[in-house]
Amino acid sequence: MLNFLTYLVNGISLGSIYAIIALGYTMVYGIAKMLNFAHGDVIMIGSYLIYTFMVTGGVNPLLSVLLAMVCCTVLGIVTEKVAYKPLRGASSSLAVLITAIGVSYLLQNLALLIFTANPKSFSPVITWEGISLFDGELRIQGVTIVTIITSLIVLVCLQLFINRTRQGQAMIAVSEDKGAAALMGINVNNTISLTFAIGSGLAAVAGALLCSAYPNLTPYTGAMPGIKAFVAAVLGGIGSIPGAMIGGLTLGVIESLSKRYISTQLADAIVFSILIIVLLVRPTGLLGKKIQEKV
Amino acid sequence: MAALLSVNHLSISFGGLRAVDDFNVEIEKGALYGLIGPNGAGKTTVFNLLTGVYKPDEGRIFLGDRNITGLSTVEINQAGIARTFQNIRLFKDMSVLDNVKVGLHNRYPYSTLAGILKLPVYFKTEKEMDEKALELLKVFELDGESETLSKNLPYGKQRKLEIARALATDPKLLLLDEPAAGMNPNETGELMDTIRFVRDHFDMTILLIEHDMKLVAGICEALTVLNFGSVLCQGQTSEVLKNPEVIKAYLGD
Amino acid sequence: MMKMTKQTRRDLITYGIVIVFYIVMQLLDLAGILSFHVKGLLVPLCYYAIAAVALNLVVGILGDLSLGHAGFMCIGAFSSSLFSVTLKDSGFPAGLRFFLALLIGTFFAALFGFLIGIPVLRLNGDYLAIVTLAFGEIIKNILAAVYFGYDEEGLHIAFKSFPLQGEGKMLINGAMGIQGTPTDSTFTIAVVILLLALFIVQNIVRSRTGRAIMSIRDNRIAAEAVGIQITKYKMTAFTISAAIAGTAGVLFSHNTTTLTATSTYFGYNVSILILVYVVLGGIGNIRGSVIATAILYILPEMLRGLSNYRMLIYAIVLIIIMLINWAPAAITFREKYGISAYLARRKENRTPVSDMGSGKGGS
Repeated sequence: MLNFLTYLVNGISLGSIYAIIALGYTMVYGIAKMLNFAHGDVIMIGSYLIYTFMVTGGVNPLLSVLLAMVCCTVLGIVTEKVAYKPLRGASSSLAVLITAIGVSYLLQNLALLIFTANPKSFSPVITWEGISLFDGELRIQGVTIVTIITSLIVLVCLQLFINRTRQGQAMIAVSEDKGAAALMGINVNNTISLTFAIGSGLAAVAGALLCSAYPNLTPYTGAMPGIKAFVAAVLGGIGSIPGAMIGGLTLGVIESLSKRYISTQLADAIVFSILIIVLLVRPTGLLGKKIQEKV
Repeated sequence: MAALLSVNHLSISFGGLRAVDDFNVEIEKGALYGLIGPNGAGKTTVFNLLTGVYKPDEGRIFLGDRNITGLSTVEINQAGIARTFQNIRLFKDMSVLDNVKVGLHNRYPYSTLAGILKLPVYFKTEKEMDEKALELLKVFELDGESETLSKNLPYGKQRKLEIARALATDPKLLLLDEPAAGMNPNETGELMDTIRFVRDHFDMTILLIEHDMKLVAGICEALTVLNFGSVLCQGQTSEVLKNPEVIKAYLGD
Repeated sequence: MMKMTKQTRRDLITYGIVIVFYIVMQLLDLAGILSFHVKGLLVPLCYYAIAAVALNLVVGILGDLSLGHAGFMCIGAFSSSLFSVTLKDSGFPAGLRFFLALLIGTFFAALFGFLIGIPVLRLNGDYLAIVTLAFGEIIKNILAAVYFGYDEEGLHIAFKSFPLQGEGKMLINGAMGIQGTPTDSTFTIAVVILLLALFIVQNIVRSRTGRAIMSIRDNRIAAEAVGIQITKYKMTAFTISAAIAGTAGVLFSHNTTTLTATSTYFGYNVSILILVYVVLGGIGNIRGSVIATAILYILPEMLRGLSNYRMLIYAIVLIIIMLINWAPAAITFREKYGISAYLARRKENRTPVSDMGSGKGGS
């Protein structure tokens, strides 16, 4: 039973990381309607930055994360301006998808050049040992607790930002209808930049948490969590912030429990099966809106 | 004699809004019938119900003697109803000729395998399709542009191509959704001739939605006026257009 | 006979390009110019080109985004290898064995394409993309985890290793995959299959079935309104595409003795790689898929001297090509100042065009 609890808590923690990435994914998708295959690689870049600041620069962990967030935010804005914005209004949505894949290759190979393929062992950002329950039978690591709390804070902040601020409202407007939003005097370009900025900043946070929990950093570290987070976003209903949270947590818990009780190799297959089953029952995800084409 | 199309008590609601309410109509074979009404009256919804895009909550639709209520769009097309769309829906990256040949699809069958292997039946059927398609395009004076991508046609010709494509399915009843939308008076005049020609040449029954009163008055023999989803008035064109309620619905209070 | 249409000529040129490429490579080989390394690239080049042609049928002709075609390659590879490994030492003639292996791999990929297509093709756009990606990953994961073998007690299948009783053989050994597939794939066979794939896909596009598939791509609602059965034709396109991808998988598995279901060979990134070929070759342009595959597959290999920089250059080139080809601003620029615009202007000056009345409206 305690064993189960341990894996459950680990799953929630992993799910919280997926959720943070998925939040960025879902916001970017909602507003730019693009599958951003480079999103996972921003996480990887963020992690390398934190690694560089902490290990090479000797900067304090928290400050390193903040610095990495700033860098990733800039990276997000720049890639959007250079690689994605020119393709807005292209005749096929595949164009921006392939460009995002190009950006993904670019970031991976940049990291490969600078940091080589040798895994970097990440010294933990969080040094807190964690807590013991039931006379030490159930140990919850500090990383796990910090991860869960961080994701809750991020969720609440994002919800407040989107529902209570003008910029947040502008984001909703732009994601519903760019043309109408522009007519209402919303600066569409700035709003999209802001979305990419937030998504990329969150990716840096996710990178810090991911590498604290799984301290093995390579240029391909971000790819699979990126895909999983995207699956989480779709599972929850793409464009929906609570959906991303629920999707992320569901995925994390299922993955963790599958690894423990079914099979390590099949855990990913199970996660992807869940996505398929959910989409077959609810084609737009758990909290997604139903869209019907008008005739 | 039974009417070609008879619709009884047709109704549909979208979340509380009764978009079409107790709609009835009888259209004789060979008629040129108009469905008019202010914006949002439910005209296109009637078309969508007739073609199976929406399933009616109540009511029945007969094409000749056949009850076609609840059939799928594809089945209804095969039963003999073809349509055009208010916002043109062509196969835009296909040639003008291929657009019509898609319309001929079910009338000139051969298997996928015959197509892959280019069996004799492929060449024979394709040749027949080409001839038939060009014959149809000629009616609309589009035969000179058969190789053009349909998205590159001028607007008026796109409307005509849509009609040609619909006719290619060999319908008994042709539904035209605002055929004159976006046309200038010259083009509209030409379109009126075309519609009359289609009726006479193909022995077609036509039901059309239109806002252009000149066109409606010029070619429709009978009208139904819809307002807020229900029938406001029905009858001979000249009488309907004199009806004070119709004038009120159009001009507002 | 019928006179040759423009389309038929186009198709023949495509076959011609492949054949000329084949002959040139053979001549270079005879002359001893081809290095061992380059020769080793020829079969992979063919199976990626075949996969790209297959994917273009779904992405370009049907208009649905599939990110799971590596999964179908994986099915083709594993089912055919299983067959070939079993028959390898039985004295069965090698030529016939490989022919049957090709059929088996193609059949199983088609079967899975059909089964997966039933649920998947109900979804739209990016949802379809992510679900096909999911299916591809599931196939890969299962084949990387499964143990399959026979012994005196019969066939066994499990998700963990098991001991064999007496005489027997482990056919799929978990993550170690299938060992000892005969390397039957040759450049000649690969080119023949590429030509066959081109023949099938191009002929479909020119047929009634192809028109039905393209009509769904261009406007599903209008296609339905003229009586096109959407599900039937979506399934047809998807199944045929999966089948051809499966054939590519057979070439893959019979080009290597060790077949493992790893991300490098069958992960979603492989599906994406093939998608890049398709998009750069031109969405819906079958010949383009082959040419783009050749260039993009060979290019990084040519840049080998640049070692680590080559993939970086590849990435940058990819982004720049996409921006130049697709950005509305770049297209407008080309239409105004490009070579073809210049030529068109010159032509126009000679023969004035009267009909300028184009433009889309709507209500």
